[in-house]
Amino acid sequence: MASILDHPLHAKVALSGLAALIALPLVMQAVDQPFYTVLASRILIFALVASSLNLIVGFGGMVCFGHAAFFGAGAYVVGILMFHGVSSAWAAWPAAVAVAMLAALVIGAVSLRTRGVYFIMITLAFAQMVYYIFVSLKVYGGDDGLPLGARSLLGLGLDLKSDVTFYYVVLAIFAVAFFFLARLLNSRFGRVLQGIRENETRMEALGYPVYRYKLIAFVLAGAVAGLGGALLANQNELTTPTMLHWTQSGTLLIMVILGGVGFLYGGLLGAAVFLLLEEVLSGYTIHWQLGVGLVLLAVVLYAPNGLSTLLRRGRAGG
Amino acid sequence: MDWILLLEQSLNGLQFGLMLFLLAAGLTLVFGIMDMINLAHGSLYMVGAYLAATVMASTGSFVLAVAGALAGTAIIGMLLEVSVLRRLYERDHLSQVLATFAILLIANEVVRIVFGSQALMLNMPEALSGPVELLPDFTYPAYRLVIIAVGLAVAVLLYLLVAKTRVGMLVRAGASNREMAMAMGVNVKRLFTAVFAVGAALSALAGAMLGPLLAVQVGMGENILILAFVVIVIGGIGSIRGALAGALLVGVVDTMGRTLLPMSLRAVLPPSMAANLGSSLASILIYVLMAAVLFWRPQGLFPARGG
Repeated sequence: MASILDHPLHAKVALSGLAALIALPLVMQAVDQPFYTVLASRILIFALVASSLNLIVGFGGMVCFGHAAFFGAGAYVVGILMFHGVSSAWAAWPAAVAVAMLAALVIGAVSLRTRGVYFIMITLAFAQMVYYIFVSLKVYGGDDGLPLGARSLLGLGLDLKSDVTFYYVVLAIFAVAFFFLARLLNSRFGRVLQGIRENETRMEALGYPVYRYKLIAFVLAGAVAGLGGALLANQNELTTPTMLHWTQSGTLLIMVILGGVGFLYGGLLGAAVFLLLEEVLSGYTIHWQLGVGLVLLAVVLYAPNGLSTLLRRGRAGG
Repeated sequence: MDWILLLEQSLNGLQFGLMLFLLAAGLTLVFGIMDMINLAHGSLYMVGAYLAATVMASTGSFVLAVAGALAGTAIIGMLLEVSVLRRLYERDHLSQVLATFAILLIANEVVRIVFGSQALMLNMPEALSGPVELLPDFTYPAYRLVIIAVGLAVAVLLYLLVAKTRVGMLVRAGASNREMAMAMGVNVKRLFTAVFAVGAALSALAGAMLGPLLAVQVGMGENILILAFVVIVIGGIGSIRGALAGALLVGVVDTMGRTLLPMSLRAVLPPSMAANLGSSLASILIYVLMAAVLFWRPQGLFPARGG
């Protein structure tokens, strides 16, 4: 029997989606539109980060308004290591994950002692601290950000300078992380996490170490966000403080809400729709933000749980 | 330590704090009474500054500019509340964040379409542009003194309105227990619209008054909005008294930190490094303060809710 706590991957959907994503660069090369491969990499990176945010917001009930801190920290670790001559992806990317994890551990350990609105605000406060720390590091570019000069070296005969190769690396990382997320949510850990979201006191009474579960989820999400930051820094060959700004945390949260809070595909769907909307509208007018704003507003007013509402409605109707 | 510098910086801190209070007062009432996170509050501040700059450019009168900004933004705020925000009170915080973020984007673009993307100039009135000698050897810009006076006057008026009038009583009732206020027959809908309009007018006042000191440009509301959130969290959500205390604390700590930290660091570090590190430490300081308050006193320094 299916429960609302089940979040099936829907093997058919997942596999056909994966097949389409694998075919995408080939198609784009055939029709001579390589730009869309770059856009797709960007979408997958944001989908990775938004999915990690959805883990804590949607399944853990922890509305974090400071996810950009981990995202940006990951990016800066890659940038700073590159600045000092460490260009191996095998050194820089795990370092980015480790630093983001550590930041999430410290920030989470303090923030998770608060609840609700206060949690939103304290994560915001910590993210702003991280933002100002990096703005003040003039050695690493300060306000202007830090250009990487080149992408990380992966070895294995893969050259990340090629946008197509980079896309496949991002796709592989995203696919693994997404599969892991689906497994995690349907595991005992995922059930406990959702139990905590529904009723923390009851879970406490049942003997679960609530704080520890929440902290583990928070650190896990921070780690994935750090990896996403490392990837985005590589894609743009640049890290900037805007990746750490509160509006970035806001944008990530918007992607999750847009796609569907507590919906397995929410992060992916939200990131894809948000970035495609931005891309399409900015092709037509410089005032594309107006269009994005109007669409977002319509979604909140008419689709209370984001785009996942429409999918569910469609399924119920069909 | 140079006492003149100290005095000047305290006055600057007071001035900045009072302007933050104007922004935070509306935000804290909306947050406290309607339990609504309004990320678009900074947009009203921006709209106020733009309206003031426009009226100033066409009439040349600063008083008219401020009045126009107040009235115009109050009306815009009211329309916004009736058309969109009203539907969000019953929704969760996440929906409110998404919706008001959308409004923020829309407001930025509409302003850009109407006024262009160039920053506007808002000149301070001729008569106030000079310095005033407050003490022998101590001069202070007259315009900043006016800002302090306006801020103090509004704070007193708002205190009287909230603490001494019937409307204020309803507002306090709403902030401390919304359901009970509704059950006692308070017309909450009308009250909410009125509160929102007053909050919009106050943030427009801040925008118009700060316009001559800062640039009037798209996005000016975003950073100050976060400061306003810091203020209301420190002060206690829904509390006007808390908003005033929090605003003054943040204004003074931020301003003093920006001058004193680089100065004291210069004693131990090379000058350019001291300046950088000092200003970023000063920016961080208020967030450390906020995190500390949230950690030890989550309800803020002056909680509005009883019990």
